[in-house]
Amino acid sequence: MEDQFEDLFDIEGVKKKFMFVNRKAPYGTIYALEVLEAVLISAAFEQHAAIVFVDDGVYQIKKGQDTKAINMKNFSPTFKIIEMEKEDADEDPDMDMVWRIIVEKESMEARGFTPDDFVIDVEVLSSAELGAFMEEQDVILSG
Amino acid sequence: MLHTVNKSPYERANLDSCLRLAQKGSAILLYEDGVYAAVKDADASAKIEGALKDLSVFVLGPDLAARGIEENRLINGVVVVDYGGFVDLVGEHGPTQTWL
Repeated sequence: MEDQFEDLFDIEGVKKKFMFVNRKAPYGTIYALEVLEAVLISAAFEQHAAIVFVDDGVYQIKKGQDTKAINMKNFSPTFKIIEMEKEDADEDPDMDMVWRIIVEKESMEARGFTPDDFVIDVEVLSSAELGAFMEEQDVILSG
Repeated sequence: MLHTVNKSPYERANLDSCLRLAQKGSAILLYEDGVYAAVKDADASAKIEGALKDLSVFVLGPDLAARGIEENRLINGVVVVDYGGFVDLVGEHGPTQTWL
């Protein structure tokens, strides 16, 4: 019994490629916040992660969000933590962790946005490029 | 009458249904994720641009601010209202159809 639990929580050396696919606007539903929490949890386990914004998900990282008048928490500043996590991973040679923050070009352009509209630096990939990258993942979580 | 739309035009067909049925002279209020339909130079812009020929279009300011959509990104002719303005629209326009 004890051994079983030890196995269950023994993730030492386990390294997977996670992709988080954000497809919903930030405040109309709870999906965006739930995916964001999953991303932050995965950071604690030093896994590879691609944080992707597709369809209405690109609205999550729009600059200038001010939610005071709708009495909801503005969680867009939290994406800065994801950006810092990515920078840590990029800069620390001892850390075997690759993070990418990606916006699908077609979704961004359809909404009249450019990379300057976003609170964090993003890589812009075409649908074809993103689709191919999706195939390389071990685990894909979407909301 | 007044039509209200609270879903993104990129995810649901609520705005399309609204525009198919809305009659000349009626008003549309975009709120919550519906406000994304009021952004200019985007794929969905033509819907509201077309609607403005026959209808008055309003958008709820607090929902725009929450989503970081500045007023200079809005389609010309769309009018921003606050919560009090929302209440006034309901009062002034007779029946309300809510496209949820």
